[in-house]
Amino acid sequence: MTAIRGTGGGRYDAIVIGGGHNGLVTAAYLARAGKRVVVLERRHLVGGAAVTEEVIPGFRFSVFSYVVSLLRPEIIRDLSLPAHGLEILPLESTVTPMFDGDYLAAWPDADQTRREVARHSLRDAEAYEEYSRLMGLMAMAVKPIIGMIPPDPTSLSPRDLRGLLRVGRHFQSLSAKHFHLLYKLMTMSSADFLDEWFETDVLKATKSASGIIGTFMGPRTPGSAYVLLHHYMGEIDGAFRAWGFARGGTGAISESIGRAARAFGTEVRLDAEVTKVRTQGGKATGVVLANGDELQAPVVVSSLDPKRTFLRLVDEADLPADFVADIRRFRIRGSSGKVNLALSGLPDFTCLPGVGPHLRGAISISPSLEYVERAYDDAKYGAFSRRPYMDIILPSMIDPGMAPPGKHVMSVFVQYAPSTITGGWDDSRRDAFGNAVLDAIAQFAPNIRDVIIDKQVLTPADIERITGLTEGNIFQGELALHQLFFLRPSPGWAQYRTPVRGLWQCGSGTHPGGGIMGAGGRLAALEILGTGA
Amino acid sequence: MTRSLPGTPFHPRTAPLVEGQTWRRWAGFVVASSYELHHDREYHAIRTSAALFDVSPLFKYHVRGPDAVRLVDRVVTRDVAGARVGQVLYTPWCDAAGKVLDDGTVSILAPDFLRVTAADPNYRWLCENARGLRVTVDDASESVAALALQGPNARTILEHATGTDLAGLRFFRLQNALLRGVPVTITRTGYTGDLGYEIWMDASQALPAWDALIAAGTPFGLTPAGILALDVARIEAGLLLLDVDYVSARKALIEPQKSSPLELGLEWTVGFDKPAFVGREALVAERERPAEWRFTGVEVAWEPLEALYTDLGLAPRLPTTAWRTSVPLYAPGSEHQVGYATSGCWSPLLKRYLTLAHLEAPYAEPGRELDMEVTVEHRRKRARANVCALPFFNPGRKRA
Ligand SMILES: Cc1cc2nc3c(=O)[nH]c(=O)nc-3n(C[C@H](O)[C@H](O)[C@H](O)COP(=O)(O)OP(=O)(O)OC[C@H]3O[C@@H](n4cnc5c(N)ncnc54)[C@H](O)[C@@H]3O)c2cc1C
Repeated sequence: MTAIRGTGGGRYDAIVIGGGHNGLVTAAYLARAGKRVVVLERRHLVGGAAVTEEVIPGFRFSVFSYVVSLLRPEIIRDLSLPAHGLEILPLESTVTPMFDGDYLAAWPDADQTRREVARHSLRDAEAYEEYSRLMGLMAMAVKPIIGMIPPDPTSLSPRDLRGLLRVGRHFQSLSAKHFHLLYKLMTMSSADFLDEWFETDVLKATKSASGIIGTFMGPRTPGSAYVLLHHYMGEIDGAFRAWGFARGGTGAISESIGRAARAFGTEVRLDAEVTKVRTQGGKATGVVLANGDELQAPVVVSSLDPKRTFLRLVDEADLPADFVADIRRFRIRGSSGKVNLALSGLPDFTCLPGVGPHLRGAISISPSLEYVERAYDDAKYGAFSRRPYMDIILPSMIDPGMAPPGKHVMSVFVQYAPSTITGGWDDSRRDAFGNAVLDAIAQFAPNIRDVIIDKQVLTPADIERITGLTEGNIFQGELALHQLFFLRPSPGWAQYRTPVRGLWQCGSGTHPGGGIMGAGGRLAALEILGTGA
Repeated sequence: MTRSLPGTPFHPRTAPLVEGQTWRRWAGFVVASSYELHHDREYHAIRTSAALFDVSPLFKYHVRGPDAVRLVDRVVTRDVAGARVGQVLYTPWCDAAGKVLDDGTVSILAPDFLRVTAADPNYRWLCENARGLRVTVDDASESVAALALQGPNARTILEHATGTDLAGLRFFRLQNALLRGVPVTITRTGYTGDLGYEIWMDASQALPAWDALIAAGTPFGLTPAGILALDVARIEAGLLLLDVDYVSARKALIEPQKSSPLELGLEWTVGFDKPAFVGREALVAERERPAEWRFTGVEVAWEPLEALYTDLGLAPRLPTTAWRTSVPLYAPGSEHQVGYATSGCWSPLLKRYLTLAHLEAPYAEPGRELDMEVTVEHRRKRARANVCALPFFNPGRKRA
């Protein structure tokens, strides 16, 4: 994307700190409403955790996030993202290789999947369809909440009361059966929840794995079941097809939003790191850049995570002490790493030798519940998982433009890699982590080392260093129940406002949370414009 | 690894007969839509000679053990405990709220051995209801192959093929036989509303069984027939189809999508006198209330339909295959929608335009006039239609 490497000071209606996808969404909506907006991005490209970079010459990587599932359809429509280059390609299957040489697959077709699951358990094959249907209904039940500005249950303002009433009515409209199910999802561990449905261990392992992504929880940690639901929220927009792989990698999503923002008149400045939010009389007035430039605006919106925003950019003296304490307590432990591989050929999985449709979908390294739980055990005690859970895709199988002809790129999302490990992250521990990942892949695709041309290993420390995500937490703060909805990021400050008047927040650290969703960015903009629900 | 959907055990015989690669998915298998390029001859074979259908994709469950009858009796609405060995029962089954999950047949093969057929997978449901009972449930969907032999010559053909006198095999009864050496179970059942039989065998014996029937049947006009022909026949017979005419309560996303047996015209299948079965309380209560919905036949009147086309200078157009979409039905001359048709076809035999429909009960008495939405030259029109009792076609030979 061509962006103005603008310099100097300036006056704006709104300054957005951070050019991640949420910051860009906020900017686009504000600019669309006629505001003069500037986005200040520290790096040389926009996207934050959603960037595509040619890390290895000729090989393009979705360096961090790699699939899109939750991007709000209303944003795609409002900002005309397809017209700005967004193209989402299907990512249709999930295959889990097993230790005994077998595998479990979920294919895009219900008949195929039923046949496949029935190889493992006839009952599970039937339960699978019912489970998917019910989870879809549950996601429908929760969806309106994602799209609303969280009402504050302790506030008596008419707007909050109206919002609460809406939430209340909404839940009342659920049948008793569905309400009970929702309650279970909110309280149970994903393993316990799945035990109520299935008997096949590898099926439960793979499903529960989708419930631990980005969290510092294991499949047996209470509360992890809720994250299962997040997975299905993408699916209910199935008809809209917001779920899949963005052509050109996830950076293409950010770039399409960036183009939309610019088309509305937003100025995007790259290599523009904000070091301070200026305030006067408890009110934000502008920002200071690392190069000393100062920009003024009555509205300053931060898309950075709450710790970075409030503990680094804002003077502590401008914030109430209890708020600062809340932000310090905000749980943001990173738990994930990423390994990006440039390959001369395709990995050959023992369970499905050769080239096949499985290589066009996700490959989940979650052969058993115990495997995933043990991966978590390592992390609990301050180490990276010796045998990690991994979610693998081969973007070049979906979009050949990601690698030179005949060559491939492989994206390996890895858990667990705690942000703080015993002894701290350094080069040798990064190497050891990378080796553990390759060993774990080699258990199922023994040729993996033979086809590697080069690799990029990213620990949580690297993720933090490059993107600024505190502790490398992929969601700008854990998606744990005590940090969601009217509690995200802090009780009383879930409506995108902050204790500093004129300073707003719009990143994944706000409701409804992380992932390439754009919802926080949109709701913040609507709230700033006073047009929020 | 292949992800292709499999053919049935008869595939090696049926595949070479399909002239236009017209395959259709059915329960995770592929079967012929029609063998010839047009299904007309296959349809007429059902009514004038005999047609042979591959119905292997049906889900089939073997329930065995001392409590086999108890289990099935507990699950389905029909009175299985009161039936005898050798009987076959058509029946729906419901969830606890009395909403239909599926429908199929129950064959009582022995006091401790029943076969249940279903349109959807039901293994888990049977197992869940089997807790505490001395039964085993086996999924026989792939191990048992099935053919339907339907039409006026069906009995003659089957007698030739088996060398058995079938005059004593009454409607919805079963009998074991040898089909040119292949052990089969013959049930006098079908989905065409005609004289007909279904023949059940071990999947490994499918090909010799097919060959035997074709050999015996060809002199009597036996014609392999596909789903398109079957679909017309089953509408004439007023037989409903899961996922087309009703939504399983298991798959319904909202309450109004569900139907009770009473709302589907299946009140006759509900054993209200049975002490217990899944959904009984809800159905007993429903019976006390005035009915809200009825499932019935609706016939589109010819002259007014023809007039809609004549006005434009066109000859009337009729559906060439059965349709499976939802079509609104209105109180005559008004905007008040009173129901919807879910299946429809032109009956080449009866020369009538037939549909199966859900109607608000007050509009469902036979003879009642309605308007059906039709699209004539890209424009929405209303065609006059009348409520008819089901079945539309019910030849004496079916039960004789
Ligand atoms: C390894 C990894 C894998 C992931 N996988 C997926 C996935 O597959 N699917 C999915 O939906 N989500 C995934 N996520 C999560 C998702 O990428 C993030 O939740 C989302 O991209 C965050 O967007 P954001 O705009 O809220 O914040 P960010 O992307 O963090 O944007 C913040 C921006 O601010 C910039 N910045 C930081 N400090 C300053 C400063 N002082 N001045 C100016 N600019 C600054 C940063 O460079 C960055 O561009 C993943 C995340 C990671 C890290």
